[in-house]
Amino acid sequence: MASIEELERMATQVRRDIVRMVHAVNSGHPGGSLGCTEFFVALYFEIMKHDPKFSMDGVGQDLFFLSNGHISPVFYSVLARSGYFDISELATFRKLNSRLQGHPTTHEHLPGIRVASGSLGQGMSVAIGAALSKKLNKDSALVFSLHGDGELQEGQIWESMLFAPHHKVDNLICTVDYNGQQIDGPTEKVLSLGDLEAKARAFGWDVMVIADGNNMAQVIDGLNEAKSRTGHGKPVFVIMKTAMGAGVDFMMGSHKWHGVAPNDEQLKVALGQLVEEKDY
Amino acid sequence: MALSDYTVQSEVDTRSGFGAGILALGRENPNVVALCADLVGSLKLDDFIKEFPERFVQCGIAEANMIGIAAGMTIGGKIPFATSFANFVTGRVYDQIRQSVAYSGKNVKIAASHAGLTLGEDGATHQILEDIGMMQMLPGMTVINPCDYNQTKAATIAAGRMDGPVYLRFGRPKWPNFTPADQQFEIGKAVVMNEGADVTVFATGHLVWKALQAARELENHGISVELINIHTIKPLDSAAVLKSVAKTGCAVSCEEHNYIGGLGSAIATLLSRELPAPLEQVAVNDSFGESGTPDQLLAKYGLDTQDVAAAVRKALARKK
Repeated sequence: MASIEELERMATQVRRDIVRMVHAVNSGHPGGSLGCTEFFVALYFEIMKHDPKFSMDGVGQDLFFLSNGHISPVFYSVLARSGYFDISELATFRKLNSRLQGHPTTHEHLPGIRVASGSLGQGMSVAIGAALSKKLNKDSALVFSLHGDGELQEGQIWESMLFAPHHKVDNLICTVDYNGQQIDGPTEKVLSLGDLEAKARAFGWDVMVIADGNNMAQVIDGLNEAKSRTGHGKPVFVIMKTAMGAGVDFMMGSHKWHGVAPNDEQLKVALGQLVEEKDY
Repeated sequence: MALSDYTVQSEVDTRSGFGAGILALGRENPNVVALCADLVGSLKLDDFIKEFPERFVQCGIAEANMIGIAAGMTIGGKIPFATSFANFVTGRVYDQIRQSVAYSGKNVKIAASHAGLTLGEDGATHQILEDIGMMQMLPGMTVINPCDYNQTKAATIAAGRMDGPVYLRFGRPKWPNFTPADQQFEIGKAVVMNEGADVTVFATGHLVWKALQAARELENHGISVELINIHTIKPLDSAAVLKSVAKTGCAVSCEEHNYIGGLGSAIATLLSRELPAPLEQVAVNDSFGESGTPDQLLAKYGLDTQDVAAAVRKALARKK
């Protein structure tokens, strides 16, 4: 088990990777990636039982599905940093002939990716399918997924929300990155989710909240709590409140950094706030 | 085999061939699972569900979720058949199939009943005539449209045995069952049903029967028809198409589909590149369908025996 301090140091390293990756190609999605850094580091360095010697079927392994595929920088960084592929490959992000496509894909056979995502709303269905497959295979490992809060506006999500409790898919933990921001502005203004907690509960999920998704200790405790709630007849729904752009002050809390890369000067400022020394 | 060798063994819907096929496949491979969106009876899944209740997933009227679940179930080795009416498992869920199945390279079989005009009285909302086009545009997607009960059963088993995404299209009405029960079904391999010299008729799905009837009539008028059953539209058996047209010099395509994007389009693309030759299409002329009996609809939309015969005469005339 890693200490909170070690995990926090890893989170800083991952944040450096994120801003450098998007800066290098002047494209990509830093805001959501930075906001979910603690979640990814917690999952891959503490919570999940997984093997970087990747197999698609992942028998006996916990599986993770990223449904809001645009936050690929944080996913790629954490996969590389936990040994799925060499960290030097992060330098190929979004470049021609790279396995690190703008949005995650299995098409280029990048270890750690089990389905393409980017077109929103599909990942919960896929995670449910993988969870059903585990049940049929008598595989007691868990399935995790992550979704954007804006993504919950997609209708397919609500088909999945109906399905999972009805079929008692209780080996599934779906987390929502609840940062309140989307491309056109605050989610509250664009298309409000209303009382998401009450909605998820009314659909039949076991619902819990992580009040500060950028606090490593809270994320670890929350995900351990979520794990303890599996196997009791209900899928688990985690509303994780985060700040978009967390860790870089000028990116924090604004939808403006959803899909914009920092320039040279901004990169320098960002890296100055993220001190770690094992860059790729 | 020749035209006279094909006799009608029974009148039975092709979807029942799917039901029989998935049952046989389920017995052969414990990883085969079925999903359905509230149309179990229409898809003839009752026997499979009775025998393998734990291997059936009822998704309710939520096709997008069903496609995603099917994609997810392949992780762990399942072979999911996602089933509904052809309209609801193609156009309605195109992006789900595109991203979660085709682009992700998942071993999902999309089994689509009630394709084309012949579902009849329900009308155009349900009569999809664009599905072959949508599905064959997806990289890596295999597209199969078998012609009768026996061939649908064989195609279902073959689809389950191959690795990779498949679109399997079949229909609602009772239809002549005329191909051998013990046929060897090879995906991507055209079936030459009759060798001929004057014209090649390529047909798929229900219209293979219409083309067979037309070929018999034309033979009585001294026209020698090479009849080829293209059950697999993608990958197209290019070698078989080119070999036959090189011999006959002209062709007719027959399908229960829009003339844009279907079998005829695929053959036209191939011929224009490799072997330019007259090609007539028996297909729906870029329109929606309507309510009516299957026979009435096939007649009104130009997909009947006489339409095949007329297209053959036109192709022959253009050859000269």
